[in-house]
Amino acid sequence: MIRYVLRRLALAVLTVWLASLGIFLAVHALPGDVATQILGRDATPQAVAAMRTELGLNEPLWQRYGDWLSGALHGDFGTSLVTHQPVADELTLRLRNTLLIAALAIVLGIVLALVCGVVAGLTRDRWPDMLISTLSLAGMSMPEFVIATLLALAFAVAIPIFPAVVTAGPDATVAELLPALWLPACALSVVMAAYIIRMLRTSVIDTMASEFVATARLRGLAPARVVLRHALPSALLPTVNVVAMNIAWLLGGVVVVESVFNYPGLGVLTVDAVHNRDLPVLQAIALLGAATYALLNLAADVVAMLLNPRLRRRAVA
Amino acid sequence: MTTPLLAVDDLSISFGANGRTHHIVSNVSLRLGAGQTLGIVGESGCGKSTLAGALLGRLPGGTEVNDGRVSVAGHDLFRSSARQLRALRGGTVALVPQNAGHALTPTMRVGRQMREVLTLHRDLSGTAADEEAARLFAQVRMPQPEMLLTRYPHELSGGQQQRVGIALALAGAPRLLVLDEPTTGLDVVTQAGVLDLLATLRAELGLAMILVSHDLGVIASTCDRVAVMYAGRIVETGPTTRLYDAPGHPYTRALLASVPSIAEPGLPADLPGSPPKPGGTVTGCAFAERCPVVQAQCRTGDAPPLRAIDDDTRAACLRAEEVRDLPPERRPVHLRPEYAEQSTLVSLRGVEIRYRSGGPPTVADLDLDIRRGETLALVGESGSGKSTVAWTIAGLRAPSAGTVTFAGTDDLTRLVGARPASLRRRIQTVFQNADTALNPRRLVREAVGRPLRLFRLAGRNDVAARTDALFTDVGLDPSYQHRLPAQLSGGQRQRVGIARALAAEPDLVLADEVVSALDVSVQAAVLRLLDRVRTEHDSTYLFISHDLAVVRSIADRVAVLYLGRLCEIGDVADVFAGPSHPYTRLLLGSVLDPRPPASDMDGHAASRPVEEPESAPPAAGCPFQRRCPHAIEGLCDTATPPWRQTDTTHRIRCHLDLEDLARA
Amino acid sequence: MMTLSGAGRRRWGAVAGVLTGSRSTLIGFVLVGAHLVLALAAPVLAPYSPIVNNGALPIDAPSLAHWAGTDQLGRDVLSRTLYGGRLALTDTALATIGVIIVGTAVGCLAAYWRGWFDEVVMRIVDAVLSVPTILALLVVVTVAGSGTWVLMLAVTTVYAPAVARVVRAAALEVIPLDYVTAARARGERAFAVLSREVLPNILDVVLVETAMRASWVVLLISSLSFLGFGADPPSPDWGLMVAENRSMLAVAPWASLAPIIALATLVIGLNLAADGLAKSLGVDRMRGGVA
Repeated sequence: MIRYVLRRLALAVLTVWLASLGIFLAVHALPGDVATQILGRDATPQAVAAMRTELGLNEPLWQRYGDWLSGALHGDFGTSLVTHQPVADELTLRLRNTLLIAALAIVLGIVLALVCGVVAGLTRDRWPDMLISTLSLAGMSMPEFVIATLLALAFAVAIPIFPAVVTAGPDATVAELLPALWLPACALSVVMAAYIIRMLRTSVIDTMASEFVATARLRGLAPARVVLRHALPSALLPTVNVVAMNIAWLLGGVVVVESVFNYPGLGVLTVDAVHNRDLPVLQAIALLGAATYALLNLAADVVAMLLNPRLRRRAVA
Repeated sequence: MTTPLLAVDDLSISFGANGRTHHIVSNVSLRLGAGQTLGIVGESGCGKSTLAGALLGRLPGGTEVNDGRVSVAGHDLFRSSARQLRALRGGTVALVPQNAGHALTPTMRVGRQMREVLTLHRDLSGTAADEEAARLFAQVRMPQPEMLLTRYPHELSGGQQQRVGIALALAGAPRLLVLDEPTTGLDVVTQAGVLDLLATLRAELGLAMILVSHDLGVIASTCDRVAVMYAGRIVETGPTTRLYDAPGHPYTRALLASVPSIAEPGLPADLPGSPPKPGGTVTGCAFAERCPVVQAQCRTGDAPPLRAIDDDTRAACLRAEEVRDLPPERRPVHLRPEYAEQSTLVSLRGVEIRYRSGGPPTVADLDLDIRRGETLALVGESGSGKSTVAWTIAGLRAPSAGTVTFAGTDDLTRLVGARPASLRRRIQTVFQNADTALNPRRLVREAVGRPLRLFRLAGRNDVAARTDALFTDVGLDPSYQHRLPAQLSGGQRQRVGIARALAAEPDLVLADEVVSALDVSVQAAVLRLLDRVRTEHDSTYLFISHDLAVVRSIADRVAVLYLGRLCEIGDVADVFAGPSHPYTRLLLGSVLDPRPPASDMDGHAASRPVEEPESAPPAAGCPFQRRCPHAIEGLCDTATPPWRQTDTTHRIRCHLDLEDLARA
Repeated sequence: MMTLSGAGRRRWGAVAGVLTGSRSTLIGFVLVGAHLVLALAAPVLAPYSPIVNNGALPIDAPSLAHWAGTDQLGRDVLSRTLYGGRLALTDTALATIGVIIVGTAVGCLAAYWRGWFDEVVMRIVDAVLSVPTILALLVVVTVAGSGTWVLMLAVTTVYAPAVARVVRAAALEVIPLDYVTAARARGERAFAVLSREVLPNILDVVLVETAMRASWVVLLISSLSFLGFGADPPSPDWGLMVAENRSMLAVAPWASLAPIIALATLVIGLNLAADGLAKSLGVDRMRGGVA
């Protein structure tokens, strides 16, 4: 079992390393001179040359990659081209703020998804399923910025309970941010839940149609027992990895949703960094995303293994 | 008169489609008293599994009971409340499902599933439940019953899962056990063990049983009475031995004649045609199309009623008495012409095959010759490596050691990509599962025509004519070639598979379990086809099978594999005459003949030990040592056994000498 | 040849059966079809120029002259939305075709060859999937700008791996089957085996993936435009339109709602189509998760 976890861990590290290589190459090897991109087309050659030196662009590609990676491993993501502060410092505060939304969105999303997905699966093709399936289809089909915008219209403009735009800076206290969390978190959880619901519904339907559920019924067991003890554990298993993937997706969704509310998290930082062509910040955020994704998948694999006697046994063998 | 334990009265089950009702089960009536056993036998699609489900009040989705009723212990199942039904299920009538591997909840420990039933139907809990669970597991002869409680289903072998399935059915102390194909999918030896267990349980517990199976032998070994189903109806019912000896319905008669026998050589008779589609409507007798004694009135009016033809047997045939009195044509034997021993076509020497490099060898130390013009059967349980050998000859898997030569010159250790086209053409494969052997998205014509084009055996304009000829050759009307595989029956698909192999005009045909997925009547027809085309095309077969009766009927020579090691080889007649390797003897003893010679009957009475197939051979010595009743300590577990030559053809690899083997 | 055309008819009959398999499938295909027609006919249907102010008042409510009102610059919202469909559908079609072709080819080859090629491909797939798509796209846009071809290439790079993974899984189920083994034993080349035996049998999966990825591409590209990194003003891009008019949502909802409705109906149509295809072709649509 430990060997299995170690193997997964090694794979996760490999994934993040490959991702870091990809991110680095995307920034430094794509056609177009980065310094010119940053300064704009009408920059003087001297300014471009100075920028190239500042970015270390005159050194060989592999050496730059090595420096960047070893720095990142030590928590040093370089200096922001805009604020000239260490990227890591800026990231830390923003990360905290984003984690606040993410945590709330994950809790809301998973609870919503579990309840709706199981109900829809058990009431296949009857009205609760129809309702949930339609709503989740709508949730999947709206871009995040639309959902966020509509939520803002409803709960910040029409019924002003929550702020439509966050005015606090990145260094605001948790208490100051608290009222601003709900709308972004809801917007994220709706989209996230929509996917999980659909997947879970299919899984519940398949499991309920399985031979072992039919056999459990034929043993005379009560319906509630058949569902809770026999069907649900198997039906929920494949959800674990889907939940992990959705949480990873959330990292992308955060960019859009935070922009809608101007919430001082990683998302807004990303958008600002793109506007200002602040490549060190962008690289750091992308790498952070990759690491989070790999970590979540690792966690999901381990959880799935703990829940599934089949995998557990195979892992031991 | 007391209420019978089970009473099925005039039951009809149907599904509605396109505004019409299609009957799956029609006018079925059954009676079963306490402690009685009834076998329901029929080929696929005859409605037997639907009937089995109905005995527990379950219907397949989209179907409904049109008429009649099913009563268990006086309760009408389809008119009971949900609560009453739950109490009856498991408590009075219990199901042993077809595939316990799928029927046990994978996320629950076996013990917990058992306790659940004990609590529900027997009000047992805590240690009392645990003790009872252990007792039940012991009753189905599971080793270490206490240990079993904490196991998950996937940690058990197929045979063990089936035993647990039986124990779970027994847990509610039912009076009636419904067994739906309880041994299908198990190896022969494992199957024999499970059937033996059922016979013992029935004797010990006085259980009534209904056993549904496609296998006449399985029914014969466990049931006093049998009901034969055809196209949703019971066409004949009566005491098993009497019915098997003198069937009154032509279908029963044909079915029995199509079963290959281990006791006699020769190909079984086939049953032409195919049954009507499930739910189809037929005027008159559904079997009329295929019946050898059909007369005009068979095709009109209602289906012939089931009527008594003596005090205990009833048949649904207008001419049942005549059929019964037909001369006791026990077995129309179509003896195969003797093969003339010729030169060696394929020669394997010291062959070892590993699935992973560095892993244990799946096949080891294999010396085997396939002679030109013969049918060599390779026999063994699943995991014996018999298919692996075929794959190596086909060039899909390279051996890790040894030599394989074709016609004395060509090297067959090369993979298919490295072989010249002429060599690839000369070796063709027919696959086990006709469902997956043909590309479902291509017309069967393309499957047969492809080798013609690939190996340039026909010019552009000749392909169609050659394909027509090939279809005719395998007994299919050429108009069938414009169909997709899904539009053909299993037997027809297998014929297309054979035509595809023949198209390449091969010298060697690798036939991998080609009839094991077919119904017995279709199987007989495909066996005869295989044998005919081999003679006509002068080709050679490597025939892989787990079924000794089939092997006896078609093969010239037989080689027995155990865990990838050859145990015994020789002419069919010699091998079946004995003496035999202990493993061959085990296989032979596990074959279920519908009409076994009288002396064999008591063979089943002896309690069998739990036989579970092994997955890897012991480190040294004889591969069969752990299961062998004659294993000699210090010899069989250390030294590789020597080959014992009997007469000219028959060789056995065993530490016992021939005299001991004959006596053992 | 009669029978051949018979088989052909059956195939078309099957296609028709899929398209009209259920009410929701039909709605899906009708929605997508309507978007296609409207986009093609936009120059005929649009009453005004999508780019230029035609002298109308800004933020004018819907009227007979301007069915969907005007935006803050006085441009006709209906015309902009119609022309926006041309952009959305062109971009989506191009990117989706790229994603499906690359993903299917890579997935099939990885499943067929296995071994080191498979290992390397799957590790790269994992790595690409690990970077959130929108972040990956933003990095590319920052460095290489947001031209159409850059965008298409970037979308292909971020979505093709997910398709490759699903196709590979589907191909792995087909490749061990006997008819593929038969082809290999005949000595058919990899291309022949994949195109004749494997691809026709995973076409259902590929079709469902196409519809599903198309819906994601629409969402992704509109999100990018919304953030200001996709189409540049004054382009009538739907995402951009929402971004431009969002601040006036309470005052002039029509200016944002028109592109929102257009976006939602297109994606709902694609999703229903994917659902319907999946159901009638027997594909588990969620097998790829949301990667």
